[in-house]
Amino acid sequence: MSSHGVEGVRAAYTAAELLAVMGARQLVDRTAVFAGVGVPLLAAVLAQKTHAPHLTIVIEGGIIGLQVEPGRLPISTNEMRGARRAVMVPAITDTFLFAQRGCFDYGFLGGAQIDRYGNLNTTAIGPYDRPKVRLPGSGGANDIISLCREIIVLTTHERRRFVEKVDFITSPANLTGDGSRRRAGLLFGVVTRVVTNLGLLGFDEGGGAMRLEALHPGVTVEAVREQTGFELMVAPRLETTQPPTAEELDILRRVDPERRFLG
Amino acid sequence: MELTDFREARRRIEAKRRHGGDKLATVEEAARLVRDGDTVAVGGCLFSRTPMALVREVLRQGRRGLILARNLTCTEGEFLLVAGAAEKIVTSWMSIGLPWGISKILREYAEQGKARFEEWSHMGIGLRFRAAAMGLPFLPTLSMLGSDLMGVTGAKTMACPYTGETLCLVPALYPEVALLHVHRADRTGNCQIDGYPHMDADIAKAANTVLVTAEEIIPEDEVRRHPDRTIIPGFLVDAVVEVPFGSYPHECYGLYEADFDHFSTYVAGIEARGSAAVREYLDTYFFAPKSYADYLDLFGVEALMRQRRFARELTA
Repeated sequence: MSSHGVEGVRAAYTAAELLAVMGARQLVDRTAVFAGVGVPLLAAVLAQKTHAPHLTIVIEGGIIGLQVEPGRLPISTNEMRGARRAVMVPAITDTFLFAQRGCFDYGFLGGAQIDRYGNLNTTAIGPYDRPKVRLPGSGGANDIISLCREIIVLTTHERRRFVEKVDFITSPANLTGDGSRRRAGLLFGVVTRVVTNLGLLGFDEGGGAMRLEALHPGVTVEAVREQTGFELMVAPRLETTQPPTAEELDILRRVDPERRFLG
Repeated sequence: MELTDFREARRRIEAKRRHGGDKLATVEEAARLVRDGDTVAVGGCLFSRTPMALVREVLRQGRRGLILARNLTCTEGEFLLVAGAAEKIVTSWMSIGLPWGISKILREYAEQGKARFEEWSHMGIGLRFRAAAMGLPFLPTLSMLGSDLMGVTGAKTMACPYTGETLCLVPALYPEVALLHVHRADRTGNCQIDGYPHMDADIAKAANTVLVTAEEIIPEDEVRRHPDRTIIPGFLVDAVVEVPFGSYPHECYGLYEADFDHFSTYVAGIEARGSAAVREYLDTYFFAPKSYADYLDLFGVEALMRQRRFARELTA
């Protein structure tokens, strides 16, 4: 197992494991999380197997109430590994409509590109009509970020991902700040957190720009700035997170023994 | 964005006589109802309940100029593009799944301008089918607002006439044809699905022509004993074909799991040889085998039974 990318810090966990652990800790018991597959789903499963046993996990293929068994982590949003032990398998549109109705506390997303205001791009690098790199697209990410009550983004912290302005807003967070999200008609959801392998970020209440709020052990503000392609605000009181515990890492590794997502 | 007037869509449904009668057909007869240039909605989701036997037959019959409409697009989208059958894909996402990376075929066709891609959110597509299923011109939603999906789709907004709040309006998507794969159907077209229903019921209501393959054709009496299980009524269906393993190598809930190893081999070919590998794949799996049974023989009974065992374990 390699270092998580911070120079001088050898750690016994991968960037994806750190992301999953820090993501899991954001979730509160007796709530519902609408999770993307991959690391967000892993994080939700970890939360359910530790401090949030009554967490309702939802995935967009139309599965509500996942209870993932070790070694049976679904790799898509619609497969039997996910539906096993679920409480309901509604039609896809109806699954999203629960979010529009306000039933899901958290949205849990990854992203290819993220900007100063938290907007996500999973559609295209370069122009949409003739992209330099075509990405898979929104899937349910746009709906999750628009409709869930509180949205948490999980992503590795790299300069090429953290850009001043995304090439395409697939999933809108604070748009251009200063209340533009509300003015666009996105009345209910709020993007509260960006969890990375370097730290925890939030958003400035007034302006809506990204702000560093906590560092993971051994990470410096300079290291975060180095990997951020825009001028990053730093909270006046910067916290330090607790490193992943042996128990958290053990659960993650049992859930994803093939390391499809753990790196 | 292609739009069908909801009044015209209704006239076309009223002009059809689909109540009662025998809809049993061969997959060749069913696929002949697809015309060049049609917007074709494909049921299931990603690698779940993809109507592979119908997709294969549409390609064998050499259709051109199709528009594929699907919530999450998987290998079938790559097949339609590389075979030259589809010139446009209306979807929210395209690739096989995270472990296989971004679709190289999507990248080639989008980056070189060889096909058009109209990207909606996942629910946006779902509500487009739902609006058509309801016989309406559009539905309002609180999703997609403020995003660049609005611009590339041409979705419109309006001020809510009651509250004044901004709403996104997604236009109804009335496909000419729907291709669906279900667990059971009777010969008049009543369909039952186990597990996640995805968008199939809305798609069946939205389309003008509905073609169904079923793992099993069951007697009408059996449907009448469990009418609560019917999610697509026969009067929506134009043709129904019995095709066991009709989604393979994609999955069918409770019956067989998706063949991930097969996907990995397929993707390794594309990594090495680009879209030429998809052409070879189509020659081997779609064009050379005379029948769907011959196609399944290429996977082998052992693989089919293994995937069936996995599915049974997962749904036990």
